[in-house]
Amino acid sequence: MKWFIDLLTSSLGRKLLMALSGLFLIVFLAVHLAGNLQLLKHDGGESFNLYARFMTSNPLIKTVSYVNYFLILLHIFIAAFLTRKNKSARGPVGYEVTNKSSRWASRNMGILGTIVLIFLVIHMRDFWAQMHWGDQVQMISYDGTAQVKDLYAHVYMWFHKGWYVALYVVCMGFLAFHLLHGFTSAFQTLGLNHAKYNPVINFVGRAFAILVPAAFALIPLSIYLNS
Amino acid sequence: MNLDSKIPAGPLNEKWSKHKFNLKLVNPANKRKYDVIVVGTGLAGASAAASLGELGYNVKAFCFQDSPRRAHSIAAQGGINAAKNYQNDGDSIYRLFYDTIKGGDYRAREGNVHRLAEVSVNIIDQCVAQGVPFAREYGGLLSNRSFGGAQVSRTFYARGQTGQQLLLGAYSALNRQISNGKVKMYNRTEMLDVVVVDGKARGIITRDLVTGKIEAHAAHAVLLCTGGYGNVFYLSTNAKGSNVTAAWRAHKKGALFGNPCFTQIHPTCIPVSGDHQSKLTLMSESLRNDGRVWVPKTAIKGLKAADAVRIPETDRDYFLERRYPSFGNLVPRDVASRNAKYVCDEGRGVGTTGLAVFLDFSDAIKRDGRHVIEAKYGNLFDMYRQITGDNPYEVPMMIYPAVHYTMGGLWVDYNLMTTVPGLYALGEANFSDHGANRLGASALMQGLADGYFIIPYTIGDYLAGMSWEKMSTDRAEFKEAITNVQQRVGKMLQIKGAKTVDQLHRELGLTMWEYCGMSRSESGLLTAKKKIQELKTEFWSNVNILGSANELNQELEKAGRVADFIELGELMVDDALNRSESCGGHFREESQTPDGEALRKDDQYAYVAAWEYKGENQPEELHKENLVFENVKLTQRSYK
Amino acid sequence: MKITVKVWRQANSQAKGGFKTYQLDHVSTDMSFLEMFDVLNAQLIRKGEDPIAFDHDCREGICGMCSMVINGRPHGPLQTTTCQLHMRTFKDGDTITVEPWRANAFPVLKDLVVDRTAFDRIQQSGGYVSVNTGGVPDANEIPIPKKVADEAFDAATCIGCGACVAACKNASAMLFVGAKVSQYALLPQGKPERKERAERMVAQMDAEGFGACTNTRACEAECPKGIKITNIARLNREYLGAVFTSYEVETGGGGE
Repeated sequence: MKWFIDLLTSSLGRKLLMALSGLFLIVFLAVHLAGNLQLLKHDGGESFNLYARFMTSNPLIKTVSYVNYFLILLHIFIAAFLTRKNKSARGPVGYEVTNKSSRWASRNMGILGTIVLIFLVIHMRDFWAQMHWGDQVQMISYDGTAQVKDLYAHVYMWFHKGWYVALYVVCMGFLAFHLLHGFTSAFQTLGLNHAKYNPVINFVGRAFAILVPAAFALIPLSIYLNS
Repeated sequence: MNLDSKIPAGPLNEKWSKHKFNLKLVNPANKRKYDVIVVGTGLAGASAAASLGELGYNVKAFCFQDSPRRAHSIAAQGGINAAKNYQNDGDSIYRLFYDTIKGGDYRAREGNVHRLAEVSVNIIDQCVAQGVPFAREYGGLLSNRSFGGAQVSRTFYARGQTGQQLLLGAYSALNRQISNGKVKMYNRTEMLDVVVVDGKARGIITRDLVTGKIEAHAAHAVLLCTGGYGNVFYLSTNAKGSNVTAAWRAHKKGALFGNPCFTQIHPTCIPVSGDHQSKLTLMSESLRNDGRVWVPKTAIKGLKAADAVRIPETDRDYFLERRYPSFGNLVPRDVASRNAKYVCDEGRGVGTTGLAVFLDFSDAIKRDGRHVIEAKYGNLFDMYRQITGDNPYEVPMMIYPAVHYTMGGLWVDYNLMTTVPGLYALGEANFSDHGANRLGASALMQGLADGYFIIPYTIGDYLAGMSWEKMSTDRAEFKEAITNVQQRVGKMLQIKGAKTVDQLHRELGLTMWEYCGMSRSESGLLTAKKKIQELKTEFWSNVNILGSANELNQELEKAGRVADFIELGELMVDDALNRSESCGGHFREESQTPDGEALRKDDQYAYVAAWEYKGENQPEELHKENLVFENVKLTQRSYK
Repeated sequence: MKITVKVWRQANSQAKGGFKTYQLDHVSTDMSFLEMFDVLNAQLIRKGEDPIAFDHDCREGICGMCSMVINGRPHGPLQTTTCQLHMRTFKDGDTITVEPWRANAFPVLKDLVVDRTAFDRIQQSGGYVSVNTGGVPDANEIPIPKKVADEAFDAATCIGCGACVAACKNASAMLFVGAKVSQYALLPQGKPERKERAERMVAQMDAEGFGACTNTRACEAECPKGIKITNIARLNREYLGAVFTSYEVETGGGGE
């Protein structure tokens, strides 16, 4: 087992965990987006609410969501740890003039990640926590189904507030930058760098980083503009 | 003193194998009882330290740089020769031997050179096994090129960075022994004296360049792998730190200095741009394959490269093609250098200093197209552009000769031992294999041959004959040596004169370059001798070194080296005065053929001039080791 | 031209350092950056001030000894070594800030001189092929595809200057280690030890206190020898592959 502990305590091992957890969260984002898109269906929220119930009750999904929570925490924890180590690696005196020979996003993943985290906390307080334990979400029944929580209406309530939508959109911008570096960076950390496939990874990475947060942002925007 | 070269008797191609058999061996279990000091970690030093560590000896290795990987072997560009005959073009050990002897203008030992050619093939095998990424053909086999005018393709190379790759190979072998605990490495540590006890070299005195601490190290044998002394000229292609101190200290402790005046001057270097110039950069000799060397027929003061393109063909003097119709621009290094000097002496030199000639690629670009030239020389053109700001695709390059390599060095016998028992000299630090002129791609070969394949055999013969009892550095000889070093350092620091070390070094360099450079005459050499003696007096009364001895003090480091260069400079002049013939890199104006070519005098000077130190300000004593040629016939070179 | 230089001065590794500003009135555009420092030092000595200590040796861009961070960039604005940087890159009246490499693993010894022996120790931990002198096969015994040899060369061309560490916001040595590991991982001669090598060199790299790679690519942008970050990816691959598969052969059996 020593080898495993060595791995987890090495800088590369920790980077591996960052990359793997990051990639998992990227997949999660895609799934999450697929669900959110149902907010735009004009069916009084039926499909969205049924989907929400499915996501909170299916045992398999529940297990995966626990893994997801764990990986979010792991991603944050290791990031904090590595950031501290990386900061101290510079030594007692920093540079008077700092270089800018890398992309802004790549240098500021910590800040971007922190902003995304703050957004996540707000987001989970308003939706996730309310869905699970809150009293703000009303019950609703569709033809032939039992009562389900009307998360749809709850979301619409929030997305009718201009400041909230603005916050949401801005945070998606930060998420985009986080992904812009994170997506391809994860592949590099895993050692998946090959002249033949790099263009694909780079293209998909860039497309994902732009399209997914953009789609996320479009949902509250369109709800707000249509209200 | 009887100079015994210890060349084994018998046929040329059996000498080394017979000698290896006759050498005494140290029992494997006893090797760990012997300590060996290796000074310098270039190709010779790193390969020797690693190989001796592998055999089981305890090695202490020293380098003045911050890492052994920085030694100046790293800067060698072209390649390394080996008689592999992979190209099926008629190469053989004998041909490499013959070319090297002839190229050295018959001033090297047959026995040494043949051994060098023999082990050359092992070097390539060794380097490949270490993971040196030599250039390869599409079939996966090693690629070769013809280099320095050789008739066969025997040069192995790694793009333009062969020295780097070979040194990193040797450095990796050294690292392995450091990690195994067989080599203890001392970085940023400079050797300042050899300690001789009962006539044998038993240790060295060093200075830690960070703390200034002077320390003694004892051992059973000392290997000096400290490179050449081209920096006596101040401006050379050597690294700024390259110095003669270790060799010179050894000389003063009794090691004879062989052929000090033999200096190689490389024709294709980037010219001096002003007084601030601190070093010269070599451009690969291969440029002369396609470039044409010229100056204007009549002097034009301060001619710039940009204006040169407007000079009509009829007003240009392609002087190498004119004087040497059959070899043209590809004449050997010394001939090309000397002719560049002559046209500049006539006032026809170009550039702001007038000390440069054009190397023009416009015809080659017209003939082959820019892309062909770019493929061949792209990196060199880029380097040139970076340093000078001129674009050689559009305007001619400017080049001028610069000091590149010193064939002279500590006199060693066939076992690489100096005249001090237990003190060895390897690589460029010794005088042995290149005679009066070194062929291209042979320096790397010699450094690695000495370190990997010769010293591991010959050192055993010496150590087997001595007790393994360790010597304490508390002995009087060590204490005295430490005191001497400290006093010398103290003395230099106290002077607090008016001139910087660099200023004095530059003055020495100008004198050496003017009178003991490409072309030497008796009157000039006598002038130089006087000037150098005056400079020595001035150094010891007017140098200004700030700071103390107990800190990182780069001025102090330089000062110690320059003081030794000044003394060496005088010996070089003496040697050049003595050798009243022209051979290889040494051209005496008094000794030329009616049409101005070098005239060798085999009846009078077919010997190694080995100089013995006789005390402060005393003339050195000349000892001659006659060179015997049993296998090759001596001929005059001709490139007409 | 006239140049102002703002240089980090520090008497020794223990001392507290600070910036000092110097004026140079006659700088030639043909000077190399280090020659400008030579002139400055001569000026300081004449005034009785301690000259600035800086590392340099070959002055032709290959030994890797020179190490100045110039206006925030290791080796200055061009992708080359400090010794190959020329003053024509700057303008009359410029103020140039010069600092040493900054990394915990590279402590400052004096002024601009830093201790890079951490790199040596990383190499000693596994940057070699374990072959003794002599007794090796013929050089042409194992053909190596040209492209593989070229790629190994591109990695091996690293001069060990440490600009990658100096440039990296995390002072990570991944490009340096990646280059060495890549060279041997690509060549058949390096294959027998590739797993142990990757593990040992990474362990030593971590022990020296270098930061972790966050793939910013600053190292690649500043490397004077153009070493690519594909070498870092290969190091990741080699290391992770090694961690999960090394020791597949039990050692210690077999007897005499």
